[in-house]
This record gives sequence, C-alpha cells and structure tokens, in this order.
Amino acid sequence: MFGTSRAQITVVLGLVFTAFGMSACGGDTKPPPTAAASPTAPKPARPDMILATTTSTQDSGLLDVLVPAFQRATGYQVKVIAVGSGAAMQMGERGDADVLLVHSPAVEEKFVADGFGVERTLVMHNDFVVIGPVADPAGIKGSKGASEVMKKIADKRATFISRGDSSGTDILEKGLWKAASVAAPKGQSWYFETGQGMGATLTVAREKQGYTVTDRATFLAFTGKLDLPILLEGDPALLNVYHVMVPNPARLPKTNTDGGRAFKNFLVAADTQKLIGEFGKDKYGQALFFPDAGKPEPTER
Amino acid sequence: MDLIFDALREAVRLLRTGDGDVYSITARTALITGASTLVASLIGLPIGLGIALGRFPGQRVLLAIANAGTGLPPVVAGLFVAILLWRSGPLGSLGLIYTPWAMIIAQALIATPLVVSFAAAGVMSLPPSLHLQVRAMGAGTGQYVWLMAREARLALLVAVMAGFGGVVSEVGAATMVGGNLSGSTRVLTTAAVLEVNRGNFGTALALGLILLVLVVLVSAVLTSVQARVRRR
Repeated sequence: MFGTSRAQITVVLGLVFTAFGMSACGGDTKPPPTAAASPTAPKPARPDMILATTTSTQDSGLLDVLVPAFQRATGYQVKVIAVGSGAAMQMGERGDADVLLVHSPAVEEKFVADGFGVERTLVMHNDFVVIGPVADPAGIKGSKGASEVMKKIADKRATFISRGDSSGTDILEKGLWKAASVAAPKGQSWYFETGQGMGATLTVAREKQGYTVTDRATFLAFTGKLDLPILLEGDPALLNVYHVMVPNPARLPKTNTDGGRAFKNFLVAADTQKLIGEFGKDKYGQALFFPDAGKPEPTER
Repeated sequence: MDLIFDALREAVRLLRTGDGDVYSITARTALITGASTLVASLIGLPIGLGIALGRFPGQRVLLAIANAGTGLPPVVAGLFVAILLWRSGPLGSLGLIYTPWAMIIAQALIATPLVVSFAAAGVMSLPPSLHLQVRAMGAGTGQYVWLMAREARLALLVAVMAGFGGVVSEVGAATMVGGNLSGSTRVLTTAAVLEVNRGNFGTALALGLILLVLVVLVSAVLTSVQARVRRR
C-alpha cells in the first residue's frame, strides 16, 4: 500500500543516521584534545573499554578524577557503568565488562575461585560507618561494636534503611546482622530496602530518620545534606576494601583484556595511588580513600 | 522552599556559565530524543495510517499491540534492548551498547507504539463520509492515503508529539542501554538522577528545569505549526 514511501523512508532514515552519526557520536570517535596533546599515549589497538564498578566510586566523585587521568595517560576510552558490586561482577561473569573495581571481598574471592576473574589486586580502602538520627532512638551511641549496634537496633525495632541491592555495602550489612546473630530482618516492619545506590539510600534514611550503614566516601560527599551523625565507626568489621579484577580472558576471549589490565595497572601505579590518597582533602578536609597498593590485605594487618 | 530558589539560581548559573556540560548535555538530549522520535514517526505513522485505512488480516491485533504498547514501561524496553545489545547478547558484536545508537533504538521502541496508536486513532476519527467522497472522486490508493493523512495532519502531529514526550522524559531505558556516560550518553534525565545520587539536589533540579524548557520549546514550535495548519 505504501510501497513507494517505504523506499523514501529508507533513504531518509539513512540520511538521518548519517547526519546524526557525524554530529552526536563525534564525541565517541574523536579523542579528547588533552589525549591528543599527550605525546606519550600511543593509541591502543582497541581503545573502547568498559569499567563496571560500585556506585560509591562514582557518587563520591573519585572516578571523575581517575578516569580522565587514565584516558589521558593511555588513550583508552572508558565507559564507566556504576552499579552495585554484585551486578558489576555479574557483568564481569558475562563478559559485559573489561575490568571490575568492587568492594565485596568474600564474593570476590568466590568469583576468582570459580574462575570468573583473575589478577585480583588490592587498590584502596576506607570504612563503613553506622549513621542514624540525632535522637538515637535505639541508643547505639557509645556501643562497643557493630554486633552490639545491630542487636540494639533490632531489639528496639528502630527504622533501618538498607540498600537491598546486592551491592558491596548491602552484602556487608547483611553480614553485620548475621555476625550479631540477629535473624534476617528482611520483611520486618522497621526494615526498609531501597534497592538503590548509596546516595539515594542516604536521602531515604534522612527523610525516614532511620539508621543505615554507609561507606564513608559517600557519607562525606553528602556533608551538609544529612542530619544523621555517625554513631558507630572504627570497628574492624566495618572495613571497606576495594579490589580491581580482570574478567578471566581464558573464559571470555572477547573482552578487552589489554584495556582491563591497563586500568588495573594504572590504579596501583604510584602516581594514581597518590591521587587516590589526596582525593577529597581539598573539599572535605580529609581523605575519602586510603591507597593500599602493594600492601597486605587490610583485614590481615 | 529554599531548595527551589537555590535550584533556580543554580539553573541560571549553569546556563550562564555552561558549567557541568549543561549545553552539551542539553544538545545531546535534543539530538537523541529528536532522532528516536523521527525513527518512531517514520515507522509509526505509516503503520498507523495502514491500520486506520487499510484492510488486511491481523489489523486489529496490530492495533491492540500498539495500544498496549503505549503503556510499555521504559525500563522493560530498555532491558529488552540491553539484553540484545550486551556483548554477551545476540547483537553484542555490533558494539552498540552504551552508545547514543542504543538509546535511539530503545527510545524508538518506546515511542513507536505511541505514534502508531495516536495516528491510527486520529485517522479513524475522520468522518466516514470523507472516505466515500475521496474514493468517489476516483482517487488511487496512494492519493487516498495522502489525502486522508492531510486531513488528519493535526492528529498525526499530536502522534509525533506523544512519541517525543514519551522519550524525552524517560530515564530507565536511557540509563540501562546508554550507561549515563559523560560526554557520550549522558542526557538531562540521567544527569539529573546522577546529581540526586550525589546529593546535589540544586543541580538536579536545575537540570530538570532545563529539560522543562526544552519540552516547552519543542511543544511551542509544534503548537504554532498546529495553529498555522488550522488557520489554512
């Protein structure tokens, strides 16, 4: 019925796509001016690579510093996909990412043991803190450790906001309940799962005046936007350790392993480690992450 | 309340200084949603006209699918396209995931049912006598479709606007297939979500206001076309 118009449509579509390709995707193909200016960066054979990482590294702004520096130094173009550690490792398992920067050590060890990831390397750490309402209805301030805090919150049935998204933070929080021998609070009327990133979860915690477990970097990035003080910190169980891994190239020959390795090597390089240690000091007066490359696992120190 | 004024001030500041790539993000938003609306129109308008004017088996089923498709949640469309385009997916070798192209595909998928459904409804609501009249004048199929489309041009314009409105404001599919990559697939909606996650509510609201201005501008242009068409 519209035989002629279909031919026209094809032509128009083609034109539109070409025009669009030249304008909108220009940013993809053109190297950034800074990279072009750097004489030390030979263009890699396969410049496009995907970094799957946690929301904390993006929401805190750390990646805004590290990724441009990496791209300048190496000529790679990094696509940063910020999801929970669980989702990031699933991407790695499927071959949908070339390098993983995650913070869920137990899950990572299994990931490596199962043959999905290789070259797992310590990058940095900071810590988790338990925050909550100023009034502290569960009376956790001054508690000895995480187990006591979790027990008190559960006993008082105080509002608790959980990530509930299988992220590194979520897995750590679930572990805290377990370590405190509190029955899994999922489904309790005082226990809410947002299923969202750390930033969004902090906002929910503020509005519902609940307790939550957060990494310190995202918490500091929310300075001035939260009226929830730190009520517990310093427990060794609250250590937050970030590792970088490359998906197993033997299993997934199609991933950009060279790119993944380059990013891994970049993260543990001395200059980058210095950059990580300095990040946030100008804005928050303290470091958000502590560089750890080449050191023993913080849990074993 | 303070937050709203802060956001307004922040919006003005962002627009004045161009900080945070607002201009490139806004331009990218217009380009990507414009392209997906165009694709959806090129596919959807002929199908809508065909459903309204033609007679073929499966016509009703097609209309039912289009009508149901107007409620297609962007996240579902996004997930579907993502599964196809992920490296591990059947079309992974095309390397389209996390590019503007992937966003156009997903958004066209969202907008096409809207265009089909609105276009079909608009043409169907033309007076039945018109069909007879045009046919009686001895118009061929091509002429018949052309004349009917001309008569229904306002409805077809609304169909295109519906498609545009459906994609410019969505965030689920854009995030899933685009990845919210700075400088490449970050559009106003995904940038706003990112700023919310970072606690920069003023910036987020400012981006929202810019999106609103963009929508108002586009609909103003379309409305003025509508008004001109009407006067003729």
